[in-house]
Amino acid sequence: MEEQDKILNDVTQGEYKYGFVTEIETEIIDKGLNEDVIRIISAKKEEPEFMLEFRLEAFRKWQKMKMPNWAYLKIPPIDFQEISYYAAPKKQPKYESLDEVDPELLETFNKLGIPLEEQKQLAGVAVDAVIDSVSVKTTFKETLAEKGIIFCSFSEAVQEHPDLVKKYLGQAVPVADNFFATLNSAVFSDGSFCYIPKGVRCPMELSTYFRINAANTGQFERTLIVADDDSYVSYLEGCTAPMRDENQLHAAVVEIIALERAEVKYSTVQNWYPGDKNGVGGIYNFVTKRGVCRGESSKISWTQVETGSAITWKYPSCILMGDNSVGEFNSVAVTNNHQQADTGSKMIHIGKNSKSTIISKGISAGKSENSYRGLVKILPNAKNSRNFSQCDSLLLNDTCGAHTFPYIEVGNKSSVVEHEATTSKIGEDQIFYCNQRGIDTEMAIGMIVNGYAKEVLNKLPMEFAVEAQKLLQISLEGSVG
Amino acid sequence: MLSIKNLYVSVEGMEILKGINLEVKPGEVHAIMGPNGSGKSTLANVLAGKEDYEITEGEVTYLEEDLLDKAPEDRAKDGLFLSFQYPVEIPGVPMVNFLKASVNEHRKHQGLKELNAGEFLKLMREKMDLVDMHAKLTNRSVNEGFSGGEKKKNEIFQMALLAPKLAILDETDSGLDIDALKTVAYGVNALKTSENATIVITHYQRLLEYIVPDYVHILNRGKIVKTAGKELALELEEKGYDWVK
Repeated sequence: MEEQDKILNDVTQGEYKYGFVTEIETEIIDKGLNEDVIRIISAKKEEPEFMLEFRLEAFRKWQKMKMPNWAYLKIPPIDFQEISYYAAPKKQPKYESLDEVDPELLETFNKLGIPLEEQKQLAGVAVDAVIDSVSVKTTFKETLAEKGIIFCSFSEAVQEHPDLVKKYLGQAVPVADNFFATLNSAVFSDGSFCYIPKGVRCPMELSTYFRINAANTGQFERTLIVADDDSYVSYLEGCTAPMRDENQLHAAVVEIIALERAEVKYSTVQNWYPGDKNGVGGIYNFVTKRGVCRGESSKISWTQVETGSAITWKYPSCILMGDNSVGEFNSVAVTNNHQQADTGSKMIHIGKNSKSTIISKGISAGKSENSYRGLVKILPNAKNSRNFSQCDSLLLNDTCGAHTFPYIEVGNKSSVVEHEATTSKIGEDQIFYCNQRGIDTEMAIGMIVNGYAKEVLNKLPMEFAVEAQKLLQISLEGSVG
Repeated sequence: MLSIKNLYVSVEGMEILKGINLEVKPGEVHAIMGPNGSGKSTLANVLAGKEDYEITEGEVTYLEEDLLDKAPEDRAKDGLFLSFQYPVEIPGVPMVNFLKASVNEHRKHQGLKELNAGEFLKLMREKMDLVDMHAKLTNRSVNEGFSGGEKKKNEIFQMALLAPKLAILDETDSGLDIDALKTVAYGVNALKTSENATIVITHYQRLLEYIVPDYVHILNRGKIVKTAGKELALELEEKGYDWVK
């Protein structure tokens, strides 16, 4: 007990020493969800009236909704009254040096080749790196400001650019879209906001690396990206490092609006804690991501590499409203041990000559279940539209499962929809061939899997792709025995 | 270098090899001939460490160590090379990446510095000439879209890169036209030194006109039934396998 007290003392002192905890942040409201809680959240964030209304409307609708059960997932019951919906950002830093951090975590960082300073930040070590990143962030912000690009936390956007938020919030994911998105609308904590003005090409990849203020936004993250006429932006979400989080339930919403001839590329690498080898713990990840190609000839592409979370429920989608608009979905989803993923995309064609492409590569190992679920819907007025879908599954053993659930609805005769699907098992002959050339089985699997997923990995921005490749290999370590 | 003593091997309960004895010394070329199903490829696979084979009796020593105890990749890094009868395709994995990983795994094992991209490309260009390997092939995925002849050349090309101590060529001549056969044989002969050894597994005598063996063994029904000099191959060609059955 004495020792415990001492540790506790050290830790708390550590926090105060670095001044990371302010009075507001230490406040945590009681567990449970009701209208008062919503009002408290909104008040604490000093939100304008329209935000409170948005949240309350969502909450009232959410109360009448049921958790969806159509996915090929076994979801343990979730008690939504057992969650605290407003908590301070997590009390960082937890450690004083890297020596105190879980060696296993550090090994993974090293395998991923993450720079030391960044490792410290990710692991929650108090470092001067914070100062570095602040300066990096500042120069970064200046460059963007010159172009008129707004890139800030969602809370900041609500304060500084309420008109833009009001205009576009809920445009891609309506307030009562689905159970998890509606919950998010009611209680979302923070996230990112991004606006690219007319005719501007964002000169750099907007990345969460620079989103330090939005780190630890917790379980109900909200992102809104608006690309005005003739603009372009490439946005990177997530981080290839293993993200530990005590929150089991994550229900994020990402909305993208692309106006006339605008293009948005959105890339994700998701590596939340998947639970241990026996399926204990891990994040439940229920995400609603949707983009609206509202303008003529606009384009939205989603590229995702999903290796984490115990349960993934996620269908990044495009609503192709504008004539000649283009939607793309490129996905690699890896499940190992007891992970479950039900992921895919929806492409809704409304505009004429709209085009969409879906490329999904599922990789299953261990005792996991990996499903592709997708909808291609071409409305009667979407004349001459096209979709191409390719859904491949790769199985690493006999105990995992791969499933494909494609839904296709075509409302006119001038459109063309193509769907291809393959399922294959990783070849023992391929592994032996590599072995015979001195390449051990784990490295061989890494190579074979990366070869299989190459088409999608090639769509990722360069530096992200390299990390994603390593990540695939790490995620499958020990999966073939 | 290699010593096989009284080796018995079964696959799914069926006995394929029934007491093989074989001694291979540095600088030697051994040919193993035999009819279909005599166990030639099984022997090659067992030496390389492929799973699914049950060794019921006997021992194999390679470079003074127990070979059967080692993982396939360790055998490879110890200089045991198998040229596959049917090289597999690995879609999406560029030849260059595959070969670089292979060469560097070998180098690490030998305590040598790993080659960087530039150094590796230089080495690759050198060895490519040996088997008349077309540069465009190295940009493709491993064996993907290669013709039968190109796959076999690719095997010998890899052998050239890895410079093994013991090379086992499993039916390297099958599916090759005479020009490709000569090229492959030329490559194998060029790699020959007094330090390394080769086991040529073949069905026909044809290849042995170009890769001249010191010993010819005839394998039949899982046993070596006859061993002699290179003239045995010719005799066999003339009389057919019925002669030894």
